[in-house]
Amino acid sequence: MLKNVHFGPSVLPFLLVAPQIIVTIIFFIWPAGQALYQSLLIQDAFGLKTEFVWLENFGILFSEEQYRNSFGRTVVFSSLVAILSMSFALILAVLADRVIKGAGTYRTFLIWPYAVAPVTAGALWVFMFDPTLGIVTYGLSAMGYDWNHKLNGGEAMALVVMAAAWKQVAYNFLFFLAGLQSIPKSLIEAAAIDGAGPVRRFRDIIFPLLSPTTFFLLVINIVYAFFDTFGIVHVMTAGGPAGATNILVYKVFSDGFVGLDLGGSAAQSVILMIIVIGLTVVQFKYVEKKVAY
Amino acid sequence: MIENRPLLTIFSHLMLILGVVMIAFPIWITFVAATHTDIRMTQIPLPLLPGGHFFENLDLALNKGLSGQSGQGVTRMLWNSLVMAMMISVGKIAISLLSAFAVVYFRFPFRMFFFWMIFITLMLPVEVRILPTYEVVANLGMLDTYWGLSIPLIASATATFMFRQVFLTIPDELLEAARIDGASPMRFFWDILIPMSRTNIAALFVILFIYGWNQYLWPLLITSDNDMYTVVMGIKQMLEAAEQAPEWNVIMMTALLAMIPPVCVVVFMQTLFVKGLTETEK
Repeated sequence: MLKNVHFGPSVLPFLLVAPQIIVTIIFFIWPAGQALYQSLLIQDAFGLKTEFVWLENFGILFSEEQYRNSFGRTVVFSSLVAILSMSFALILAVLADRVIKGAGTYRTFLIWPYAVAPVTAGALWVFMFDPTLGIVTYGLSAMGYDWNHKLNGGEAMALVVMAAAWKQVAYNFLFFLAGLQSIPKSLIEAAAIDGAGPVRRFRDIIFPLLSPTTFFLLVINIVYAFFDTFGIVHVMTAGGPAGATNILVYKVFSDGFVGLDLGGSAAQSVILMIIVIGLTVVQFKYVEKKVAY
Repeated sequence: MIENRPLLTIFSHLMLILGVVMIAFPIWITFVAATHTDIRMTQIPLPLLPGGHFFENLDLALNKGLSGQSGQGVTRMLWNSLVMAMMISVGKIAISLLSAFAVVYFRFPFRMFFFWMIFITLMLPVEVRILPTYEVVANLGMLDTYWGLSIPLIASATATFMFRQVFLTIPDELLEAARIDGASPMRFFWDILIPMSRTNIAALFVILFIYGWNQYLWPLLITSDNDMYTVVMGIKQMLEAAEQAPEWNVIMMTALLAMIPPVCVVVFMQTLFVKGLTETEK
């Protein structure tokens, strides 16, 4: 942590950490404290009187069917995004690890969606699936399927999941590929000599050895689906139709900024905070040391 | 190669190509849409091959915007995005280098306390403290400014950790030698630490540039002035207008413009990008 050889005491180190600490206090810790404090208050309709109500806001929140629904949808959404993008990325990574020629080219072509902003990704997918004009909608209707994510909640969810997973494939692919390349070739050779085919080798050797990477990616993908998908939802469905894609990050924004419900929004913030803290603890406690490259 | 199975290799290539096609399809469609006229873009089925109106659309998007709107193009928005991305990435790198330097090379009171305080920022993304952060920025008079767009985002635990890790691998002998030669701490920082962590700085810059360029929620909250909008916000704005009269050629051209800078960064600095990604997230 600290170097054995270091500089003597002076004010300099304080000056060095000052910018980071000042920004952290003003824009991170203070607002988070405010959110905690506000989550314990209820303001009357005219904003004249505030009352300290302990955990009542949380009680109200969980008694609302809308909020419980939103919670459930977020869980469905993030598991679908994680499963879809991870399995797609794993298949591609296994194949790219197998082929010798062109692996680098494939990598170049597979990683760029990482650089596309969530909002931009949302715009592309909304365009392809536009109920009247979209090119995929056209293809689907030629096959006899009417796609309209503006009316059908299930389709809206599917669309948001696809866009979010598409963006994340690049990231998962890179990590899976790195994980695969770090598996000792001798193990796989030994299995091949014993007569195990490619499928058997994947199931009994490669996949188990890849599990630290898989677990790490699972946590990262859930964090991504929980917090980085605001733009996708905002641009594609705005939480609709009828709240079908109203995930927690979107709801905290729309209740706080559009609905101006301070206490309720703060309580939602606090719940999100608890989720991030939980995920970060899991990530650092169980993941950090076990993933090796 | 463990064993030679030509059929399986061919199959792998086919599947990979299919995967690449699936991943690239949305981007291809965007490019195609940006090369046709607005009239062609309302006729079903939409084209799958590019047309010849790329530069017209480029001019429309950059200088005029949608026909229904005030006639402002996205040039200003692109500039805002660039300024924001640069300020965020340079700011994050600068303050993280300084604090990592302090934490690794100095023994001072509250050292670990400061370190944990920086760590906490990891657990407080903008999304979980939307309203109060907005209030702070509003009270400081930083709404609709570049400072407001960038400063609240520049605290970085991951960057600080990464530089800490890098500094820890630098041999102690260098510091001893520098001290014997009478170098001050800042001299040591500038002339030894910075040059030695050059690749890490570059790798981090690539990741942070993408992060900054793609910010959406934060600019959405604190800007209300058209002149401060970023290009990513411009897309959303245009899509809303598209509910009435879709001008997909302009919208998709804007989407293309919004993704070209970060995508170029990823493709042309691939090695640095991969390095940055694996080092910051570990």
